[in-house]
Amino acid sequence: MWRFNSRLLLAVLAVGFSAAGAFAEPAIVYSVGGKFDGSFNESAFAGVERFRKETGETVREFELERDAQSVQALRNFASRGAEPVVAIGFNQANALGQVASSFPESDFAIVDMVVEQPNVRSYVFKEQEGAYIAGLLAAMASKNGTIGFVGGMDIPIIRRFLCGYKQGALSVDADVRVLFNMTGDTPAAFADPVRGGELAAGQIQRGADVIIQAAGGTGIGVLQKAADAGVLGIGTDSNQNGLHPGKVLTSIRKRVDNAVYDSFKSAKEGRFKPGIQVLGVADGGMDWVLDENNKGLITDEMKAAAEAAVAGISDGSITVHDVVSEGECPF
Amino acid sequence: MSAGRLPRWVDYVLIPFLNLAAAFLVSGLVVILIGENPLDAVRILIWGSLGYGEGIGFTLFYATNFIFTGLAVAVAFHAGLFNIGGEGQAYVGGLGVAFACLALDRYVPWYVTLPFAILGSAAMGAAWAFIPAWLQATRGSHVVITTIMFNFIASSLMVYLLNNMLKKAGSMQPETRTFEDGGRLPFLNDLFPSFGFGYAPVNLSLFVALAASVLVWLLIWRTKLGFEIRSFGANATAAVYAGISPVKTIVIAMLISGGLAGMMAINEIMGSQHRLLIDFVTGYGFVGIAVALMGRAHPVGIVLAAILFGMLYQGGAELSFEMPNITRDMIIVIQGLVILFAGALEHMFRPAIVRLLTPSRPLDAKEA
Repeated sequence: MWRFNSRLLLAVLAVGFSAAGAFAEPAIVYSVGGKFDGSFNESAFAGVERFRKETGETVREFELERDAQSVQALRNFASRGAEPVVAIGFNQANALGQVASSFPESDFAIVDMVVEQPNVRSYVFKEQEGAYIAGLLAAMASKNGTIGFVGGMDIPIIRRFLCGYKQGALSVDADVRVLFNMTGDTPAAFADPVRGGELAAGQIQRGADVIIQAAGGTGIGVLQKAADAGVLGIGTDSNQNGLHPGKVLTSIRKRVDNAVYDSFKSAKEGRFKPGIQVLGVADGGMDWVLDENNKGLITDEMKAAAEAAVAGISDGSITVHDVVSEGECPF
Repeated sequence: MSAGRLPRWVDYVLIPFLNLAAAFLVSGLVVILIGENPLDAVRILIWGSLGYGEGIGFTLFYATNFIFTGLAVAVAFHAGLFNIGGEGQAYVGGLGVAFACLALDRYVPWYVTLPFAILGSAAMGAAWAFIPAWLQATRGSHVVITTIMFNFIASSLMVYLLNNMLKKAGSMQPETRTFEDGGRLPFLNDLFPSFGFGYAPVNLSLFVALAASVLVWLLIWRTKLGFEIRSFGANATAAVYAGISPVKTIVIAMLISGGLAGMMAINEIMGSQHRLLIDFVTGYGFVGIAVALMGRAHPVGIVLAAILFGMLYQGGAELSFEMPNITRDMIIVIQGLVILFAGALEHMFRPAIVRLLTPSRPLDAKEA
C-alpha cells in the first residue's frame, strides 16, 4: 500500500512539475543600464509591458548591476523553469552561451548578439540601416548643408550608427558636412544630458541645423539643446518626437520591444524557434516615425525619399556599410 | 591617533562590529519602509552569500577583487597618501594581464603565464600611479586630485586601445579575443570539486591575493622600507628630519599601491572573463577605499572586510532576485550605508566608547 502511495505521490509530483514547466513564466535579464535607461533596456521593458497587458501573465525580471552577475541570474531563472529566458545586451552573450548549454531543455533568447546554440534565438539589429534613413532625412531638412551627430560611448555599435548616418546624408548631397562627437569613454557617457547639450551647442555654433543623438540618456540633453536653439533634433531607440513637438525631425526606432514580445509570445504559443533573426528596416526591426508631432517637418518629397530608401534597402539595391563586419567607415 | 587609548580588541572588533550593526539597523528600517520583512531580507542575504557552495564561491570571487584594491589603498594610507586611483590603476593593470595572456596563451600552460601576468598587471598599475606620485612628491600636486583625474584618462586610453587596436575583427564589442587555456587560471571548483563552488568564477587568484596580503604585512611591519613608509605617514616632518627621503617614500608607496590595484585585473581578466574588455573594474577600486578603512589598513582586517563586501555583493544580488521589490538600487543604498558607517562615520561611536571604558581606570592607564 505504501509502495503504491509513494508511486502515486511521485506521479502527482511529476504531473505537478511538468504542469509548472508548461505554464512557466517568461523571464528577462536587463543589461547594466537598467530597465529605465530611457533607451535600449527601456525599449525591452516596453515589450515586457505589452506582453503583460495582453496576456495578463507575470514576467520575472532582473537588472544586472555588473556583468559578473549575468551567469547567475540566467541560471537562477532557467533552473526555476522560466521559459523563455531572455538576455538583453551583447555583454551577456558569453554567459548565455554557458547557461544555454547546461539547460538544453530550456529556451533562451538574446538581443543584440548571436549565440550559436540549438536552444537560443538571437535577435540582432542592423542599426546602420535606420541611421541611413536618419542621415537622408537630416540632409534633406538641413538648410545650410551641415548636420550633426552626438554619440554616447565610443564603441563599435555607435560608430556603425554614425557611418550609416553619413552614408544616408551623402546619398542626398555629396557636399554635406557631418559634424560628430562622442560623449565619453565610460558607460556614464550614456547618462550625461548636460554634456550632451554642450556637445550639441558646439555643433550648432559650427553651423549644424539638424542633430541626431545616439547616446541614450545623454541624448535627452541633445534634443533639448536643439529645440532651445531652434534647430532640429533626431531621436533614437524609442519614439522621441513628442519630447519637443515640431522640433524633432523624426525618431529612428530600434524595435527591441518587438523582439522581446515576439520571443515571449512565441514561447507561450509553443512555436519558439531557435536561430538567428536579423532585424532591419525591411522587416520593421528598425523604423522611422511620422506622427502628428513631426508631420509639419517632413515634406512629401522627404517622405517619398525615405520610403524609397526603405524599399531600396529592403530589396538590396541599397547596401548600407556595416563597420562591424566590413571594417572602417569609408565616408 | 587615538587608538592607543583603547584596548586593541575594542579598536579591531567592537567598533567595526558596532558600525556594522548600526548600518544594518538603518538598512532594516529602509527595508521596512518599502514594505518587506527585514529579517527575511537578512536571511536571504546571508543564505545567498554563505548558504551554499556557489554562493560562497561568488562571495570569494568578489572578495578577491576587494583584497587587492583594499591592500592598494592601505599601503598608500600608511604613507599618509589617499590613493583614489585604484579604479584606473586596475583598469590599466588589465592591459598587463592581457598582454601576457595574449602573447603566451597558445604556447605554454597557465602556470607559466601567471608570473608574467602578475608582473604585467603590477607593472602597468604601478606605472599608472607613477605620474600622480611623482607630481605629489616633487610639485605638491595633491594625489587625491591627480589620481581621480587619472581614472578618467585610464578609461579614455582603454577605450581607444580596445576600439582601435586590440578589438578582434568583426566583433560588436570592444574586447580582445578570448584567451586559450594557457591564459586562464583554473577555477577553484575544478581544483577542489568537493567544495561545490559550481559555476562561481572564484579562481586561483584568491591565493595570489592572500599571498599579497602576507607580503604587505611583512613589508609594512617587518622591513626598513615599511618603517619609513609608516614614519612618513605618521609625521612627515619628523620623518624627513630623521633622514627619510620624502620623494622616494611617496613614489615607492604609490608604486606599490598602484601595483596592488593593478593585480586586481588578474582575478577579473585571467581568472574570470578570459578576455580584456571595456569597463571591467566597475567600482571595485572605489570600494577598496571602504574595505581599507573598515579593515583599519591591516591585511587581516582587509581580508575580513573584503569578505564582508563580497557577501554584500553576492547576497545583494540574491536579495534583489528573491525580493523583486528590493531593486538593485536598494542594494546600493544598503552597501552605501555600510560604507558610510564603517568609513565616514568611523568616529561616531568612538568618543562614547572611550568615555565608557576610560573613566573607571585613569590610574591603571598611568601605571601601564
